[in-house]
Amino acid sequence: MKCKYKIVNRRELNSTVTMMDVYAPLVAAKAQAGQFIILRVDEDGERIPLTVAGYDRQNGTVKIIFQIVGATTALLNEKKEGEFIEDFVGPLGCPTKTDNLKKVCIVGGGVGCAIALPIAQQLHESGCEVHSIIGFRNKNLIILENEFKRCSNSLTVMTDDGSYGRQGVVTVPLKEAIERGESFDEVITIGPLIMMKFVVATTKPYNIPTTVSMNPIMIDGTGMCGGCRLTVGGKTMFACVDGPDFNGFEVDFDEAIARSSMYAQFEQNAREKHCNLLKKAAE
Amino acid sequence: MAIQPKKNEMPVQNAQKRAKNFDEVALGYSAEVAVAEAQRCLNCKNKPCVEGCPVNIAIPDFISEIKKGNFEGAYDVISKSSSLPAICGRVCPQETQCESKCTLGIKFEPVGIGRLERFVADYHNANFTGKINVPESNGHKVAIVGSGPSGLACAGDLAKKGYKVTVFEALHTVGGVLVYGIPEFRLPKKIVEKEVDTLKKYSVDFQTNVVIGKTLTVDELFDCGYEAVFIGSGAGLPRFMGINGESLKGVYSANEFLTRVNLMKAYSNESHTPVMCAKNVAVVGGGNVAMDAARTALRLGAENVYIIYRRSMKELPARKEEVEHAIEEGVKFQLLCNPVEIIGYNNAEDRRDAKNGTVTALKVIKCELGEPDERGRRKPVEMPDSEFIIDIDCVIMAIGTSPNPLIKNTTDGLEINGRGGIIVDEASGKTSKEGVFAGGDAVTGAATVILAMGAGKTAASAIDEYLTKK
Repeated sequence: MKCKYKIVNRRELNSTVTMMDVYAPLVAAKAQAGQFIILRVDEDGERIPLTVAGYDRQNGTVKIIFQIVGATTALLNEKKEGEFIEDFVGPLGCPTKTDNLKKVCIVGGGVGCAIALPIAQQLHESGCEVHSIIGFRNKNLIILENEFKRCSNSLTVMTDDGSYGRQGVVTVPLKEAIERGESFDEVITIGPLIMMKFVVATTKPYNIPTTVSMNPIMIDGTGMCGGCRLTVGGKTMFACVDGPDFNGFEVDFDEAIARSSMYAQFEQNAREKHCNLLKKAAE
Repeated sequence: MAIQPKKNEMPVQNAQKRAKNFDEVALGYSAEVAVAEAQRCLNCKNKPCVEGCPVNIAIPDFISEIKKGNFEGAYDVISKSSSLPAICGRVCPQETQCESKCTLGIKFEPVGIGRLERFVADYHNANFTGKINVPESNGHKVAIVGSGPSGLACAGDLAKKGYKVTVFEALHTVGGVLVYGIPEFRLPKKIVEKEVDTLKKYSVDFQTNVVIGKTLTVDELFDCGYEAVFIGSGAGLPRFMGINGESLKGVYSANEFLTRVNLMKAYSNESHTPVMCAKNVAVVGGGNVAMDAARTALRLGAENVYIIYRRSMKELPARKEEVEHAIEEGVKFQLLCNPVEIIGYNNAEDRRDAKNGTVTALKVIKCELGEPDERGRRKPVEMPDSEFIIDIDCVIMAIGTSPNPLIKNTTDGLEINGRGGIIVDEASGKTSKEGVFAGGDAVTGAATVILAMGAGKTAASAIDEYLTKK
């Protein structure tokens, strides 16, 4: 029979980002850094993919961290501790490969840092030297700084407006580190497409292997719909079964950026509609 | 009494009206018409129709019951062989199966076997109030991977033999292609639900949101105490043509387009899942899935929907009835042409123009039919310099699928053929791995509901034999 998935812990990391631990023991038993889950908030809801931000195998919970960007994430954000999510399936996609890495630079942007963290933690635990660069629009949007500190040999926080840490984009300290002679085995980057595109543009001249984590539009997440296709190395690949991690040098970012906006208008309308409903309910 | 040469007509919704709604197209026989149609059956000695049925329903026997007005009796006959008659009566290609063998069909139109099957199943679902005899449990546990037609058929047969069956489904709803692929207007979802409910009454347990190959592996199912596993995970990744422009906004695989509309109900204003409601749509391919996609696009409000197919009307692989319905509803057929490029909008002056990267046209090349290929179908040959442009804003690729890699990647000892399908012994559905059976599209690649059901039934009887001997 149908089981629902209980939210056992909920915390707002900032005004637009929320963290939840969801009771899903089968998913928690298998989840690894880099993989994702798909959830439906309620009956007739949309299926949305969210990357696993952590897991507790003993207690059977999976951590998700999401930014409120559309109607579905707004709806999810309204769920309280102790309430249930209708559907929660995973772990999907391939785990991030962290074997044999000795020195890695993790570059996270915005809510992407939530996904980068478990990878940084895993690398740190395996004895790898981890240098983290995390970027946000401003001070109020910073998440997980202390968590990153604990698993990084060095941490650089960047803000667009300079309200915290250094002012500027993440590629500035990345380039500095490379030019300083830090020899990274790999750069792993997770964040907005445009940021990952520029991280790749930064590492490519130095030929430092760069892994990017793609989060395209998808429905089933199991290799059926084909909505999540990307062009990688000139070939059509599916983020749900072939990824979500890909060799950054081979990803056609311009195409991925264009495809990601396919439903931008619809999403905006849906969100406004949802907000209006909330306003009405509040009146 | 003279034999009526033609089948009794299936009442349908008016074509203009139905092209704008998602209600079922075919409305079904009344009891009077069903009896009249049943009386066309000659009850001939050889019963060639039974051989034409992939699950060997005792067709003349159930038709005899209809003649007598004993519709529940007819249902009992069918349900001995089929767990999903309301579905098969709607989506089976009877014209190439049972009805193609009908003796009456030599001189006249064959008996409308599919229509009668549907009538019987609908009658039962609407009227039956009795109790189902659930067999006593035999204590053996069997796991079924996937709740599409092969999985449901396998589950039904095993449950009726007393096995404790658990069906694992990756999606949030049970039914596989019956709910995400085949549209509401051809197979209403409540019909699938009803058939699934019947299986639940036989104590079949359904576990949604479990992806075998990810959440659990096949080997872990054995660790959980299942003694045999049936893999009916269905077709997988959609194929694309490999032409320029396939990643433009407005290009869908038929799987994605139909899933958005069917499973995620994007046809309703209340749905949170978006779908593009395009004005001019090109559907590439000529199978049933292409017809489903084209007719769905019409219902979403498209003004022009084109089927782009590289052979002629005669070679269209879709069922005749589906093609006829599509034509009646206004789908246009651009035959003997093949896409060479999808053209997109590109405003070089303004990179931020939201229309950039959206589909504006399809470039196709004319074809003529050449020599027959190995399957006897005449090969389309492109005619040089015959390209032309069709203005469209959406392209739906319905050119087939290749099997899903999740299970093969996580199951040691499971042999796979060159096309990615699981290798089985056809007579039993046995795979190279002990205790593991498979059937349906996961084995054959994209085929029909009834072939998948047949494979599910074959495997069920092989699993029964395997566990009885064990």
